[in-house]
Amino acid sequence: MSAPKIIIIDYGFGNLFSLTNAFRFLGIEPIVTSSISNIKTADALVLPGVGAFDDGMMGLKKKNLVKPILDFADSEKNLLGICLGMQFLFDYSEEFGKHEGLSLISGAVKRIPDPKQNKNYKIPNIGWSELNKSKHLKSWKNTVLSSSKEGVEMYFVHSYVALPENKKNILASINYGSNIITAVVQKNNITGLQFHPEKSGPEGLKILKQWVIQIST
Amino acid sequence: MNTTFKKIRIIPRLDVKGSNVIKGVHLECLKIVGNPQDMATRYYNEGADEIICMDIVASLYGRKNLLNIISEAAKNIFIPLTAGGGIKSIKDIKNILRAGADKVAINTYAVKNPDFIPKAAKAFGSQCIVGSIEAKLIEPGKWEAFTDNGREKTGLDVIKWAQRLEKLGAGELLITSVDKEGTTKGYDLELMNKITQAVKIPIIACGGAGSPKDFYNTATLGIDAIAASHVFHYQKHNVKEIKKYLKNKKINVRT
Repeated sequence: MSAPKIIIIDYGFGNLFSLTNAFRFLGIEPIVTSSISNIKTADALVLPGVGAFDDGMMGLKKKNLVKPILDFADSEKNLLGICLGMQFLFDYSEEFGKHEGLSLISGAVKRIPDPKQNKNYKIPNIGWSELNKSKHLKSWKNTVLSSSKEGVEMYFVHSYVALPENKKNILASINYGSNIITAVVQKNNITGLQFHPEKSGPEGLKILKQWVIQIST
Repeated sequence: MNTTFKKIRIIPRLDVKGSNVIKGVHLECLKIVGNPQDMATRYYNEGADEIICMDIVASLYGRKNLLNIISEAAKNIFIPLTAGGGIKSIKDIKNILRAGADKVAINTYAVKNPDFIPKAAKAFGSQCIVGSIEAKLIEPGKWEAFTDNGREKTGLDVIKWAQRLEKLGAGELLITSVDKEGTTKGYDLELMNKITQAVKIPIIACGGAGSPKDFYNTATLGIDAIAASHVFHYQKHNVKEIKKYLKNKKINVRT
């Protein structure tokens, strides 16, 4: 079968080069665009992002991308949010005041509580952490993590954490000092990764590849 | 595994001049050691956690060859890449990120225009802005910040400048000991310890690695990341060996 048409949404935030490069490595040429008509024709959407929540949402709004993304999510085609892009999936974030997100998954985004117990754990969390399977879940079968082993290490850069209302939306989390931080969320066709799979070495690429396989089947 | 400490990142650093990776002692007496793309790829395959790539003559001559180097180096590596050298504007940062870097390291221009750091942090997020400091011991327990590979004095006290950079919005600090750089005699532990105590943002220690033990001694300070070039460039030890050594000594590293 032909390669799926993957669109990376370009709204001025995020390292699009790395993400494009990672998909290319997997044999897929993604389209980087902010064109609404183009988004409608995609098989799957990637919502990337780095930086502050409010600035990012403003970026989406300025390009009139909020409705097209919500419509796309309704269509039951696959949507992947990465880092800030994952945080957008929730109802609101408390970064620099309360700001509304896309409300595709119920829950809030809040600052990582001070990991008091050990000053070695700083905020922002910059670095590699091990993914643990959520206790609400039997296995990672049929998810983006189905080819990953528990304890696999991913690269994180963030100061805020997503708190889904329904814990069953959490596939994986990390331990960060005394905190348990949401790392992977899924609700039907919508998946979110707090870490950067495109920057997490061969294991990160494996997760992206699994997502591509999901789209194609 | 020891989970009370965060995983320490091991970061090979490539100093480039023209199209070559070079290496010197105290940031001088430079010798060519390879090409950036091959070396970045080799370190990625060895299990490096990140790569730092610095154009060391950019701020001396205002050259702009860093973009080409970054876009070549970034092609085959899927780990974070920090680039630095000659950054003077928001546009410079945009171009470097577009070429494939994830973070930028800023030294000279931050010293001349401290107000640039908050502007850059606002535009790209603090996580993207690495404050780079070249430190020289000037009297016992006191270091001065230098620019242009340890050639130009700034009159700034390293500890105070580090704290100022944190306040201005830098997300990480790259601390290079000019005294130790290229000597393979070990990191400036006193300096790294003082910096770690003085600021809350992640610290990348750089300059002086010669043996696995040097990495260990630095790791025990509670530092976040350790950069090295000489030991890796001359293949005295590869990244995998260093990590294995640290892991055996109960230091938490990515496998």
